[in-house]
Amino acid sequence: MTDNMHEDELHAYVDGHLPETRRIEVEAWLAAHPGDAARVQAWAAQNQSLHAAFDSVLNEPLPLNLVRATRRPALAVPFKAIAAGLAMLVTGLLGYAIGVGSGAQVPAAPTAYMPRDAAIAHVVFSPEMRHPVEVDAAHTEHLLAWLSKRVGTPLQAPDFSAQGFELLGGRLLTSETGPVAQFMYQDRIERRVTLYVRRALAGNTETAFRHATENGVDVFYWIDGDFGYALAGQIGRQSIGELADAAYRQLATAPARP
Amino acid sequence: MRTRPDLVEHLPRLRRYARALTGDSNRADDLVQDTLERALAKLDLWQPDSDLRAWLFTLMHNLFVNQIRVRRPQETAMDEAVDEAVSGGQMEALAARDIHAALARLPEQQREVLLLVGLEQFGYAEAALVLGIPTGTVMSRLSRARERMRQMLASDPSILLKLVK
Repeated sequence: MTDNMHEDELHAYVDGHLPETRRIEVEAWLAAHPGDAARVQAWAAQNQSLHAAFDSVLNEPLPLNLVRATRRPALAVPFKAIAAGLAMLVTGLLGYAIGVGSGAQVPAAPTAYMPRDAAIAHVVFSPEMRHPVEVDAAHTEHLLAWLSKRVGTPLQAPDFSAQGFELLGGRLLTSETGPVAQFMYQDRIERRVTLYVRRALAGNTETAFRHATENGVDVFYWIDGDFGYALAGQIGRQSIGELADAAYRQLATAPARP
Repeated sequence: MRTRPDLVEHLPRLRRYARALTGDSNRADDLVQDTLERALAKLDLWQPDSDLRAWLFTLMHNLFVNQIRVRRPQETAMDEAVDEAVSGGQMEALAARDIHAALARLPEQQREVLLLVGLEQFGYAEAALVLGIPTGTVMSRLSRARERMRQMLASDPSILLKLVK
């Protein structure tokens, strides 16, 4: 039985930094010292309420400007200035071209960024053990209704059970073309793939199936009607391709709901 | 040529820390953006075998401290008044309705330590590295932060119930 207790050790106990033997000694000390026990309990409760208050931030859609800010080359300032100049120029030209003036808001070509955005969304959320999805597959009906409403089209989550992947659930993200639905799937050995769905630029008739590799993440993407789809994962190009093919077939043949 | 580390996977946690630190989502994301810009500009100084997360938090800490220094002239008087009241006055303590309010009333140095340890789960030595202070100082700030939070939160019975649940 220990006969003194340094305050630092009480903190280390709360934060889980003590070796097992010392932890047991601290517990014995606390059992005999209610004043210290009350303090330790309050401190542990503070940790819990910090998580309760702020863990939801981990689930929020990542603001696109911040995602972009992680990708800028090292010469950040000059590049930023050039990029801003180019953006104004492009906006101006496009605005002029479609006859609405340079003040109009012109969305950037969404397909250019879609594979990269899909890969980033995959990398950020697929390793999450506690919060991989916002709504889990046990509530598929609610998940589809919610994401369909937000994205603005009746969405289907493709069935990949033939390929060994089960739906985990989905979440809502943001992008420059508006809301994005992300569906996450997992196989028996906990490999995850994500399907990223967002509105495509009006008038885009590109329907080809394309492949890209973004930071080691394979992405197959395609446009179907008004929507762009991207399937992302690190399970090998061929496997992702097979899943993307299955998704494409199912989504293309799915009966359009009103 | 070495591969550049991917900063995007650190975004959710940087945002969480910044939100808790500043108590304001816009100010928090501005702080994250500044951190990323600085990180990209200085990425060549980062040692590939060291902890990228700790390095990013260090950059954020430095930016945050600079911001406080700039803001300080208008806010000093108020901060001191609050400090006084929290340690002495029951009325002020009662006004700390929840964890957000209590955090906001904590001096920044204590808030940083409490959040790095209690929310971001840095070890004490790691937190010391992030903040550029000795581990002993981390411990004394942590101790003061937790005791002050306890006083503020304990005076609101509804908070106590929530915490104990």
